[in-house]
Amino acid sequence: MNRFAALLDRLAYEPRRNGKVRLIADYFHHTPDPERGWALAALTGSLSFRNAKPGLIRQLIGERTDPVLFALSYDYVGDLSETVALMWPAPHGLNDTEPPPLSAIVHALTHMGRAEMPAVLASLLDRLDETGRWALLKLITGGLRIGVSARLAKTAVAALGERAPDEIELVWPGLAAPYEELFAWAEGRGPKPETEDPAPFRPVMLSHPLEDADFDKLDPAAFRAEWKWDGIRVQAARAAGLEGRHVTRLYSRTGEDISGAFPDLAEAFAFDGVVDGELLILREGRVQSFNVLQQRLNRKVVSPRLLMEFPAHIRAYDLLVEGGEDLRELPFEARRARLEALIAAHPTEGRLDLSPLVPFATWDQLAAARADPAAHGAGEDAEAVEGVMLKRVDSLYLPGRPKGPWWKWKRDPHSVDAVLMYAQRGHGKRSSYYSDYTFGVWTEAGELVPVGKAYFGFTDAELVEIDRFVRRHTVNRFGPVREVVHTPTEGLVLEVAFEGLARSTRHRSGLAMRFPRIARLRWDKPPGEADRLETLERMIGDESHAPRRAKAVLGKQPSPAGEM
Amino acid sequence: MRPEELLHTTPQGLYSPAGDFFIDPTRPVARALVTHGHSDHARAGHGAVLAMAQTLDIMAIRYGEGFAGTTQAAAYGARVEVNGVGVTFHPAGHILGSAQIALDWRGCTIVASGDYKPGADPTAAPFAPVRCHVFISEATFGLPVFRHPVPADEIAKLTSSLALFPERAHLVGAYALGKAQRVMALLRTAGHDRPILLHGAMERLTDYYRTQGIDLGETRPAREATAAERAGAVVLCPPGALNDVWSRRFPDPVTAFASGWMRIRARARQNGVELPLILSDHADWDELQAAIRATGCEEVWVTHGQEDALVHWATQEGLRARPLHMVGYGEEEGEGAAPEPPVSPTNPEAAP
Ligand SMILES: [Zn+2]
Ligand SMILES: [Zn+2]
Repeated sequence: MNRFAALLDRLAYEPRRNGKVRLIADYFHHTPDPERGWALAALTGSLSFRNAKPGLIRQLIGERTDPVLFALSYDYVGDLSETVALMWPAPHGLNDTEPPPLSAIVHALTHMGRAEMPAVLASLLDRLDETGRWALLKLITGGLRIGVSARLAKTAVAALGERAPDEIELVWPGLAAPYEELFAWAEGRGPKPETEDPAPFRPVMLSHPLEDADFDKLDPAAFRAEWKWDGIRVQAARAAGLEGRHVTRLYSRTGEDISGAFPDLAEAFAFDGVVDGELLILREGRVQSFNVLQQRLNRKVVSPRLLMEFPAHIRAYDLLVEGGEDLRELPFEARRARLEALIAAHPTEGRLDLSPLVPFATWDQLAAARADPAAHGAGEDAEAVEGVMLKRVDSLYLPGRPKGPWWKWKRDPHSVDAVLMYAQRGHGKRSSYYSDYTFGVWTEAGELVPVGKAYFGFTDAELVEIDRFVRRHTVNRFGPVREVVHTPTEGLVLEVAFEGLARSTRHRSGLAMRFPRIARLRWDKPPGEADRLETLERMIGDESHAPRRAKAVLGKQPSPAGEM
Repeated sequence: MRPEELLHTTPQGLYSPAGDFFIDPTRPVARALVTHGHSDHARAGHGAVLAMAQTLDIMAIRYGEGFAGTTQAAAYGARVEVNGVGVTFHPAGHILGSAQIALDWRGCTIVASGDYKPGADPTAAPFAPVRCHVFISEATFGLPVFRHPVPADEIAKLTSSLALFPERAHLVGAYALGKAQRVMALLRTAGHDRPILLHGAMERLTDYYRTQGIDLGETRPAREATAAERAGAVVLCPPGALNDVWSRRFPDPVTAFASGWMRIRARARQNGVELPLILSDHADWDELQAAIRATGCEEVWVTHGQEDALVHWATQEGLRARPLHMVGYGEEEGEGAAPEPPVSPTNPEAAP
């Protein structure tokens, strides 16, 4: 466990994706089975540790330390798990014995009863070092944040040998910890693990956002367009299992099995195959806003009433497998023809339909459709359209985000002119630059209130300019944060683009911005002419969709700059 | 006799009325005894200075030859008298030349320990406990959350990162006097034999350590290194340079910081550190207690740092203990105060 904890510790500080992959791969390379398999399970979120409440941890440390010294220490460190990990008085002598391996810890935590928890936890803490105790306490309180996705951990497995990350994804659904066959295969020592799952997840294909400059390079005749629906990307898979019984599964775009939350959809599937589509709520044939879908997602219990009130629906746009035949190597146009025929042959009482193509001959025509979907075929569903998708007619279904075959062209985001108020140093490559910006708009009283924070959207050259501005116009410092000059006559105006606005009690302005980014630097504009809070409040009123925040667990929430 | 007649606090620092001298005064005075060369303890402009020869050399390097009216070199263990007060310097283990100063007068012994560290350090004479009535201790790491790990294990974090990322320069923030040289010595002990690149602010002090017989292997000025020499090299710089424009000459570096503060995650994060190395030149919680017990003292005065916790512990041990609330210490070496980088974006090569 101490070695795994040291890895977690290092990952928590490493900002680069490639750096993380190398650290994890190096750990796998130097750690024997089954220890590394349990580590992989922990990194991919496949382990669930018994939940420990902060109260238990306080009780354990309270029995072992002076209350005054604990209070001073906690006050100083500011984090309970970390304070306890550092000041835990490990009995002398136990350090000489081998620290417990991760596999033993997993075993102990899975098999103990609630009453045994304090004693088991204390004995584990006794035998770990500071970092080991920190990692254990974070794992069992659910507070471990190291910025590692399941995908990244699988990429590190692939890096052990010649396999591609997608090959790992393909065999993953049938495997279980401690993954010995997987490691053997990845290292070129064993055969490909047989997947037992008849309806496994297939890694999805993702698109790139389209920029204005891209149009000159793209030929409209080479593409087909579809509406981009404001729902949740899902994959529905149905196949015959071992005893001939059909298995139906619904996956999120990250491969999480969400079938349990949508029994209504599973029943509706009448053919064997794998469909890529958008999960929506339909009432009387009409697509409901994301807000309505969110209400269903938020419910823990799937009651008959919920199924009635929030009927789920899949709007299909791709077919990956039909019967037992894998179609992913076929061009888009051929897959589309198969999808259309299949849906026509299996009426599903409104549970599954086809996402229509949007006809166009020129980019201008498509721009008109995107600006007014209602008049271009989306009809009453237009409010659930957030843009258009462009897919090359010859595009194969490639996992990941290949550049070129698929594009998303969202409807114009909102924008405001705001004034830079605070700047914070970035991480990794950007640690010598002030690259995280808090900006504000004017209140009626002539005061600036912060309305958001952005750390991308600008070019490298603009970053250098802003950094220089920040260093020369600092009026205050708070640790890594600098406050810059922001008076009506002096300061920097930023044109900020964003996807949406929501009311928020957590912000002084009463607003929260969704996905803000710096669109332009307005050196030409005096701060006094930046936008006012009333303007933003009016935008909330205008929003046709209720503001929303997608449930991160379903993988909808994009991370535009999360992996710099 | 009250110990305060021998030594008490004043706004300028610890003052001995019996001997008419100050210890580590923060402002210019007529007569000063200096424990070690860190600039929060050793300042320029005193009339007369009594310190270890190495401390006097370091002060001359940093402030110029005329840093004091007159100087007198002390030697470990050799008692001298100043206006009738006995003065003996003993090793403090903190940095090269660092000393505890023991005063004896009319049967009372007070030890002003300055900054000290009982742990092993190849660049400093080992800390030696001195029996006394009153022990004056710092408490920079005076909380039970501070138990310094084994230095070799911390250096192993650096060498294994070098092995894993051989194409990236590893910038290590370390205080220019003491910590930087200790990091070099530990790297050499760990078998790292490539030239170590140095920020301009640490070249002269590193050369001085060499003249004192401390082998630090080959070093080179970072500004003269080619791109190939920077790849996979250890580059030592003052902590403030890590996030300054100076660091931009290294593409995609690994940013490390050698300090006892790296124990606390929020501190490391706040400084944008990617590879925290928990390496301190101050006593940790257990070492503070052991050091105080080893003196056999009846009374502890705590100068700066986490006074409350250490005074609380000492009181529970049955000792008389009180905080001195001294200001002006712990600010230079990036271990007494939060290691916030320097304010001005001016040329960091021109640092002291
Ligand atoms: Zn010092
Ligand atoms: Zn000091």
